[in-house]
Amino acid sequence: MIKVENLYKSFGPLQVLKGIDCHIAAREVVCIIGPSGSGKSTLLRCVNQLEKADSGKVIIDGVELTSPQTDINKVRQQVGMVFQHFNLFPHRTTLENVTMAPIIIKKMNKAEAGDIAHELLRKVGLSDKDDVHPAQLSGGQKQRVAIARALAMQPKVMLFDEPTSALDPEMVGEVLEVMKNLAQEGMTMMVVTHEMGFAKEVGHRVLFMDEGIIVEQGSPRQIFENPVNSRTQSFLSKVL
Amino acid sequence: MLQCLDLNIFGLDILQSLLALNGFQVVSSNMGNFLRGTVLTLEITALSVAFGMVLGLIAALLKMSRYKLVALPGSIYIDFFRGTPLFVQILLFYFGILPLVFDANSFQAAVIVCSLNSGAYIAEIVRAGIQAVDRGQMEAARSLGMTNVQAMWHVILPQAYKIVIPPMVNEFIALLKDTSLVAIIGAEELTHQGRILYSVTYEAAWIWGAVALIYLLLTRLLSMLGDYLERRLATE
Ligand SMILES: Nc1ncnc2c1ncn2[C@@H]1O[C@H](COP(=O)(O)OP(=O)(O)OP(=O)(O)O)[C@@H](O)[C@H]1O
Ligand SMILES: [Mg+2]
Repeated sequence: MIKVENLYKSFGPLQVLKGIDCHIAAREVVCIIGPSGSGKSTLLRCVNQLEKADSGKVIIDGVELTSPQTDINKVRQQVGMVFQHFNLFPHRTTLENVTMAPIIIKKMNKAEAGDIAHELLRKVGLSDKDDVHPAQLSGGQKQRVAIARALAMQPKVMLFDEPTSALDPEMVGEVLEVMKNLAQEGMTMMVVTHEMGFAKEVGHRVLFMDEGIIVEQGSPRQIFENPVNSRTQSFLSKVL
Repeated sequence: MLQCLDLNIFGLDILQSLLALNGFQVVSSNMGNFLRGTVLTLEITALSVAFGMVLGLIAALLKMSRYKLVALPGSIYIDFFRGTPLFVQILLFYFGILPLVFDANSFQAAVIVCSLNSGAYIAEIVRAGIQAVDRGQMEAARSLGMTNVQAMWHVILPQAYKIVIPPMVNEFIALLKDTSLVAIIGAEELTHQGRILYSVTYEAAWIWGAVALIYLLLTRLLSMLGDYLERRLATE
């Protein structure tokens, strides 16, 4: 479903991605872990082209995003992204946050978009918050709306960049629960996370990144119980 | 009438001597001219700010483009109109450029030059407003598949306008005062009415005092409107 081949990315003199290769199958949930600054966010952002890679390829569902002929807006519709800081649209209500993209991009009528949005908001456990503005929601609620907003475009792939890092501890669970359900429904997911519990329980595969490369990857069991690489070992000894 | 009621009260004495003054009579008997001038001043200002908003928005978006060839015309326009005196712009356009394009009367010329001028200032206001919106907003919009234009229109600008309104009101006030410069090309706004009246009566203090007072009244009203808008937006 997602293929990343030999991806390089620098910001000025700083080389952040140094040849990333990874293939993610349909319905697979891949968790990406690694120390701060290792390039995890940059990798995700390259996957949906918020960041333009210097070289290498990103292919999603057979479409090469890195080719100049590709209509990137079209592809992004199929790649949902959830941000650490939610990035909800503060001038719109919860419901409008979810219906906005289908109405504007897919030219869906308001009623139909509303039906889909209600269904999604129910799914993330927020069916009673339609007319509330994001400022009145808790962090956990915001992030669940953000997930519903991304799902409203019916993406084939979901990218999560530390979706629970900005949350108070008591709200982490509700967001992870929603993500877990999504995984069980068969969504293809790339999740950058510090929640090792989630990676263990929900992830099919764990990638450990450090200094712009994928140092080690394998099943959660393998990575958490028997890391081979010394950098993985020292990282895990700090966070576990 | 007042003479009959002369009770030798100090205040009435003043009133009486006021009424007898030539300057006062000039001003009070020509209220119609001042009023017409005021209306025209407001018209030129309002039209120029309205056109200026459109021009300013376009210029701001051009200047913010990633493509140099698109950004350059925006920058040149903004730099030119902010970097030269409005007075010179009025002369240049009325006598130099507009005659090459069409036969503009002084009112049209005034609106065109003031629009171009305020557009340049508004462009910088809009640009600052857009840049004050969190980067994550654009990223979220783009990640959903919106085009740059869709994201601007539906996500960024609706958030930028709150930031933009207070400086926009200041620009409105500044332009209202600056329109006095178009008197030089004979647009019959407030300052021009003052000049005409002065040339036949020579009551400088009274006439220019009255003109100044009207400008002050207008700018005070505008800034009160601005304060009101700001308070409304703050509670929203
Ligand atoms: N737009 C940018 N301009 C310049 N440098 C950047 C930019 N984005 C990221 N970087 C740098 O690239 C490096 C990798 O950043 P990235 O955000 O990918 O790391 P990360 O693994 O997600 O870290 P964290 O766990 O802190 O989120 C960092 O050193 C960061 O400062
Ligand atoms: Mg990051």
